[in-house]
Amino acid sequence: MIEINNLTFTYDTCREPALDGINLTIKEGEFVAVLGHNGSGKSTLAKHLNAILLPSGGTVYADGINTADIKRLAELRRLVGMVFQNPDNQIVASVVEEDVAFGPENLGMPSEKIRERVDYALKTVGMYEMRNMAPYNLSGGQKQRVAIAGIIAMQPRYIVFDEPTAMLDPKGRQEVMQAIKALNSEQGITTVIITHYMDEAAEAERIVVIDHGKVIIDDTPRMAFANVALLKKLGLDVPQVTELMFRLRGEGIALEYNKLTVDECAEELKKALKKQV
Amino acid sequence: MDIKTENLSHIYMPGSPISHVALDNINLEIKNGSFVGLIGHTGSGKSTLIQHFNGLLKPTSGKVLLGGKDINESRETLKQLRFKVGLVFQYPEYQLFDETVEADIAYGPKNMELTEAEIKERVFEAINYVSLDEALLKKSPFELSGGQRRRAAIAGILALRPEVLILDEPTAGLDPKGRDDILSNISRLQKERGITVILVSHSMEDVAKVCESVIVMNKGTVAMQGSVRDVFRESETLKKLQLNVPQITQLVLKLRREGYNLPDDIYTTDKAFEEFLKLIKKSPNQKGSVG
Repeated sequence: MIEINNLTFTYDTCREPALDGINLTIKEGEFVAVLGHNGSGKSTLAKHLNAILLPSGGTVYADGINTADIKRLAELRRLVGMVFQNPDNQIVASVVEEDVAFGPENLGMPSEKIRERVDYALKTVGMYEMRNMAPYNLSGGQKQRVAIAGIIAMQPRYIVFDEPTAMLDPKGRQEVMQAIKALNSEQGITTVIITHYMDEAAEAERIVVIDHGKVIIDDTPRMAFANVALLKKLGLDVPQVTELMFRLRGEGIALEYNKLTVDECAEELKKALKKQV
Repeated sequence: MDIKTENLSHIYMPGSPISHVALDNINLEIKNGSFVGLIGHTGSGKSTLIQHFNGLLKPTSGKVLLGGKDINESRETLKQLRFKVGLVFQYPEYQLFDETVEADIAYGPKNMELTEAEIKERVFEAINYVSLDEALLKKSPFELSGGQRRRAAIAGILALRPEVLILDEPTAGLDPKGRDDILSNISRLQKERGITVILVSHSMEDVAKVCESVIVMNKGTVAMQGSVRDVFRESETLKKLQLNVPQITQLVLKLRREGYNLPDDIYTTDKAFEEFLKLIKKSPNQKGSVG
């Protein structure tokens, strides 16, 4: 469990706090999406989860470890992994499997054990077949999956993804989102994803919306995206199909508002098309 | 200014074991004043193609014509034409380098040897087009937020008053509002000045929102080309090319397949809203023939 209590943080260069009294509990096995416009504080929040940043006020605990406890930093970093936006900045080796082995090697593990972990991690993200390739020959989506495998090889309980698909094409986005979802549902890894893509957020169990360093919405995607007007005011968006339903409801057409996917909306619209006289 | 390619091919590292055909005999025509979306998965050749349009890359064979002139004819033509084609790279904010935002935006016009007054005018015109606050001009680029830096970088290109503006994923990594702001700014600029804009994007929603026509690249060739309507109605072909249609179009196409009488050219939420409203208000059950 990650427990964030009254967390505040102010950057040296700013007067305004980037995080202003955040209280959140992330339970084991959850899949949480964090939304917010550029500068809302969501990346700052993410960086507190594995002590890249330390609180100016309040506390962050991950499985009982206080992130400010410098003596337990190595343990914390193994517990909470982080994947960033740009895969090119996260890959260090010239062969895929060597890159994935980088973390476990630094833990001083015996080589059979490293082999085991690397193979497992690569299979988990569907990159095992490409283990002997050079990262520069891979597509963006494949590189990002290698970066994720590097984190999995450390066997974290929690992974924080900071806009993991922002630099990828549609196919790469799909591949990476599939890998992330499988990590959560099959491996039970607690997942926090920061994203600007509303369709990605719609796939989470829970959405947290941050604005001016505060939690504004903390709810299921269905309920969170029902706040179409508020989200737009915060510089955010809802999935196109959700917006369509919202606007049709505004015209007095009886539709359920909490529909998120193309299939759900199609069913709902079909009902409306039959009902009207 | 019309852009035309004649049998344009580009091979990286020709003759070496890792030689790679990035563009394979491309014949394209982009009319003056059009707003074109350029899409295709990573590695399809989009970036290689646009770098030919302002002479950053030279064809291995074939020609690039700007306003009927071969840009690689001589050093002189290249120099002249390069100022007319503004290329905004991905994540252009990493290229900001000067002490102040103003100096950075003025860098291009200065190299064009314009007078102080003209440079000033162009800087103000450019920040107006990207909605950047005048008060930020005296600041260092590093004091700006990510979205502001992006807009400052784009302004630096606009200050050249290009006749062709090419933007490589200008909205990547921006939040929805930042994305909408930049797109509507570019749209306004395109309309007011009648310039040609080429938008390279992975976002089909963005392309649908602002572009008139679309070029789809695949394996170094032009796989599809046509109006937004003609291209997005081919959702199956796009899927095979590892692309997609906007989410709202997926919804409409699904209902059309089930026999609902909806037009096949819906790719924005606004249009979908209009059409559904008409359909729902018209009759109790619109199940009918597909057009």
